[in-house]
Amino acid sequence: MTRSYEEINEKIRKGKAVVLTAEQVSEMARTMSAKEILEKVDVVTTATFGAMCSSGAFLNFGHANPPIRMERIELNGVPVSGGLAAVDTFVGATDCNVQNPTYGGAHIIQDLIDGKEITLEAWGKGTDCYPRKHIKTTISLETINEAILCNPRNAYQNYNVALNTSDRTLYTYMGTLLPHMKNASYSSAGELSPLLNDPECRTIGLGTRIFLAGTQGYVTWNGTQFNCSKPLNENGVPMGNARTIAVMGEMREMSSEFLRGAYFEKYGVTMYVGIGVPIPLLDEDLAHRVSIRNSQIDTFIEDYGHECDLIGKVNYEQLRSGEFEFMGKKIHTAPLSSLYKARKIAAILKEWIEKGQFELTAPVRPMPTGTSLKGLKEI
Amino acid sequence: MVKKVVVSFPADSASRPLIYELIKKYDIKVSIIKADIDGGRGGKLVLELDSDSDHIRQAVNFMKESGVDVTPLEKKISYDDTKCVSCGACTSACPSGALSISAPDWKLKFQPDKCVVCKLCIVSCPLKLFKIEFAD
Repeated sequence: MTRSYEEINEKIRKGKAVVLTAEQVSEMARTMSAKEILEKVDVVTTATFGAMCSSGAFLNFGHANPPIRMERIELNGVPVSGGLAAVDTFVGATDCNVQNPTYGGAHIIQDLIDGKEITLEAWGKGTDCYPRKHIKTTISLETINEAILCNPRNAYQNYNVALNTSDRTLYTYMGTLLPHMKNASYSSAGELSPLLNDPECRTIGLGTRIFLAGTQGYVTWNGTQFNCSKPLNENGVPMGNARTIAVMGEMREMSSEFLRGAYFEKYGVTMYVGIGVPIPLLDEDLAHRVSIRNSQIDTFIEDYGHECDLIGKVNYEQLRSGEFEFMGKKIHTAPLSSLYKARKIAAILKEWIEKGQFELTAPVRPMPTGTSLKGLKEI
Repeated sequence: MVKKVVVSFPADSASRPLIYELIKKYDIKVSIIKADIDGGRGGKLVLELDSDSDHIRQAVNFMKESGVDVTPLEKKISYDDTKCVSCGACTSACPSGALSISAPDWKLKFQPDKCVVCKLCIVSCPLKLFKIEFAD
């Protein structure tokens, strides 16, 4: 049996689509075959809520009178891009002011979503068409034109587990890593994670409608560092940091319940982003893919204490148990991404689809295949 | 030895040069960690007393005889659970197991009685929701 997007959307419109979360369907798969799951279930919702540094927002401030060609821009004292026309900017999530490194672009984005006023100060050289050289004012989501969240790399398909074999504490984007492997941190929603439920991106591509930070957003491209060449485990799951998605959405519809500015000690600013992706069960292969369980998803163990060597592998059932044994030692594990929030997102997306408020979209362009990662050479 | 104490004094005892006497009479290195003095109505100091145990004991007795209340300091970690996203980053660093996150609900749990106030959670929380409080 197979099923088309149109058949699924017809059921959604009639309020008859059967929607389960990826955790529910993984549980179901303990007693049911992929064929039986395909017959019963139309859509599976997946989600993640994690730190995603490669995020940001396009803003258009509108023109002052007389107008200014903004060449240097600060928002709440944080320098942001002055490289987009006269009154556009891109606020990168990790933008920050070195004088105050704990507040950055991600916090500005969250503050805007929370309806707060932000101080805008901008400078230009003054031109015949843009005579003004300086402006200082306040902006909010109400006063500006566009505010578009645009994240070039989100929702990593799997991620290496971080630990530290050195003898000093490391402060990393994977959190505080205690010396001598006293802890290990992981950052994936495992069996609930979007790209682990459709590992070859058969249904996720350009134009896929998704849950993005509380509203409906879209997958707009393959994410940067999209890597199809990671080794697969025996269940066909890529191990380590593999595929990614680029996403966009309207900031005015977002909620800080699902988007947060964050600061990792001695690393810098980043942004927690909540993403939910619906997977349509078009055929038995997809029904099999969404049935994946934590015990069947492996990831590499990366030693941040020694030049990020890959020193082993572990599965998400072990990671979720709170400890795992490695090199003769019991290592305490903890997540960095919130399963609590991811479950909320998967449940909300399920409800939207069940209520007919969210239809599925077939990719306009599929994700690339055969990609691998290039390094950067020194000269 | 170093002992941290909370010193609460009523308005009428505030006129005595307490700190001066601690240093001069009892040979104590005094660090004022926190001062909350309400003009004319007494107040509260958190002091770190550094000396040998005899001198510290005598100094504490002296303060009590002078009409001020002296209690050992208890530091307390607290966090804003209304803003917490239950990411789990603090539990990774928590050596005592006071902070934990696990099945079934994967919501952050804090058991203050297990906390040793190592303060690793303060630096490890990406949302900076932890703070240290001085309680008496």
